Amino acid sequence: MSTAKTRVPAIEGWFTLDEDAPALLGSACTSCGNIAFPKETYFCRNPECQGREFAETPLSRTGKVWSYTDACYQPPDPYVPADPYVPFALCAVELAAEQMVVMGQVVPGIGVDDLTIGTEVELVLDVLHEDDEHEYMVWKWRPVGATSSETSEGAAGA
Amino acid sequence: MPDDKRVAILGAGMHPWGKWGRNFVEYGLAAAGDALAEANLPWTSIQYVAGADTIRNGYPGFVAGATFAQALGWTGARVSSAYAACASGAQAINNARAQILAGLCDVALVIGADTTPKGFFKPVGGDRKDDPDWLRFHLMGATNPTYFALYARRRMELFGATEEDFAAVKVKNARHGLENPYARYRKEVTADEVLASPMVADPLRLLEICATSDGGAALVLCSMEFAKRHAGNKDLVTIDAVSTVTPRFPQAIIEMPNFSTDSSVAASSVGPTFKNSIALAAYEEAGIGPEDVSLAEVYDLSSALELDWYEDLNLCKQGEAERLLRDGDTTLGGRVPVNPSGGLSCFGEAIPAQAIAQVCELTWQLRGQATGRQVEGARVGITANQGLFGHGSSVIVSR
Repeated sequence: MSTAKTRVPAIEGWFTLDEDAPALLGSACTSCGNIAFPKETYFCRNPECQGREFAETPLSRTGKVWSYTDACYQPPDPYVPADPYVPFALCAVELAAEQMVVMGQVVPGIGVDDLTIGTEVELVLDVLHEDDEHEYMVWKWRPVGATSSETSEGAAGA
Repeated sequence: MPDDKRVAILGAGMHPWGKWGRNFVEYGLAAAGDALAEANLPWTSIQYVAGADTIRNGYPGFVAGATFAQALGWTGARVSSAYAACASGAQAINNARAQILAGLCDVALVIGADTTPKGFFKPVGGDRKDDPDWLRFHLMGATNPTYFALYARRRMELFGATEEDFAAVKVKNARHGLENPYARYRKEVTADEVLASPMVADPLRLLEICATSDGGAALVLCSMEFAKRHAGNKDLVTIDAVSTVTPRFPQAIIEMPNFSTDSSVAASSVGPTFKNSIALAAYEEAGIGPEDVSLAEVYDLSSALELDWYEDLNLCKQGEAERLLRDGDTTLGGRVPVNPSGGLSCFGEAIPAQAIAQVCELTWQLRGQATGRQVEGARVGITANQGLFGHGSSVIVSR
């Protein structure tokens, strides 16, 4: 029944909606090449650079886990939790080409016991929350080779 | 250190930490009253009031300096109000210190107080899609403890820290705080109890994550000349450094409330990490080194984070914090006790008051007045704290 709902990004312009190969959208400074996520729009953050123009650039879709944890208790508003709440894992991922670390939730079904520092993960889209008409999509990380599980029981890593 | 580079602490005061939900002004005034009494000065002699702001108590909290000044009775004193997340108290101290060192006033009162809601800190309300602090909760459900947990997991991976080490920090701090009349939690805990408490953000458990508390702290600061005139030539406790440096680009460690680090593509990340640079700037300003430190009060937002601070304060080399802990070096009676007050572990965080409370504790320790938790022969103390958005602080106090 969820397929009848319209899929929209939970936040505009932060990632592509390509279901098979989504990518986060960063910015590249046209002067110094500095990459930022979320996108820089006014001034380059490199203190040695005066750049004010930026090109949108998709970030690497895969990286290695820098560190990870989970949210055993329901986060407060403005997080929109499932009812009942289902714990989830979070990870910070090193992107080699961009030389930066990007955070994100881990897909349901993958818990802390399934992760190690250095685990290779890829970017996927998943539902963050939904209402009667929409599914609000967000980026999540998934270990390469893992399948997004139908069950969410493992997410707590308990 | 020359007198024109340091300020004297004439009085320190605190309202006990707890959870009562009363008006934050009440806690601040109680602390201010105690600080003034210790200084043996009337409120009317204060020339400058530096307030540390709270963002969870409406407009009076945003203009805390004026709120406290009005409550104490308008005197025409000059005023400032400062917000810098967890470092707000240090900013207020630094405002007062700068006024004194610039010769614009002789004696100042610093006050911070907070009343906090129960549970996780959450962002300011509304629908604010240009505020990373709001967005990290909305898009990732990333609470403060999840960031602390990322660092804790790194320690386990890089340096072989264990869950038992993290629990040992909590056990130590709980014991340190037993006799502290200002601590909210004054109860001994065992490692087994810590390790049996519910997981909040793996590998951090409930008893290892600091609570949110009500509390208030205050300091009376003055010029060295005023201090000698007013208090005579007895051993004065002085503030020798207040470091409030920002990070350096590119910042390669993920920090609250960000979604990513800076990229190192356009510029290499060289030199110390942000937290290390906070302490290094303080040491340089005070003209001392970590070998001179008798004790430290650090931000143990989580038990594991205290271990990071040992290294960031250069009390040991990177990767040696667990050994320092296991050897008892940072326990009362050890080489350099850390958090003899009991730390955030026993207090919980009252944001704008906490960095001031750290300096109150150092003041009493250096005077030999820290009953039940005294570091014998303490001469030099250092504080460390870190807030969101690149705010952090370190204060060095000596006798």
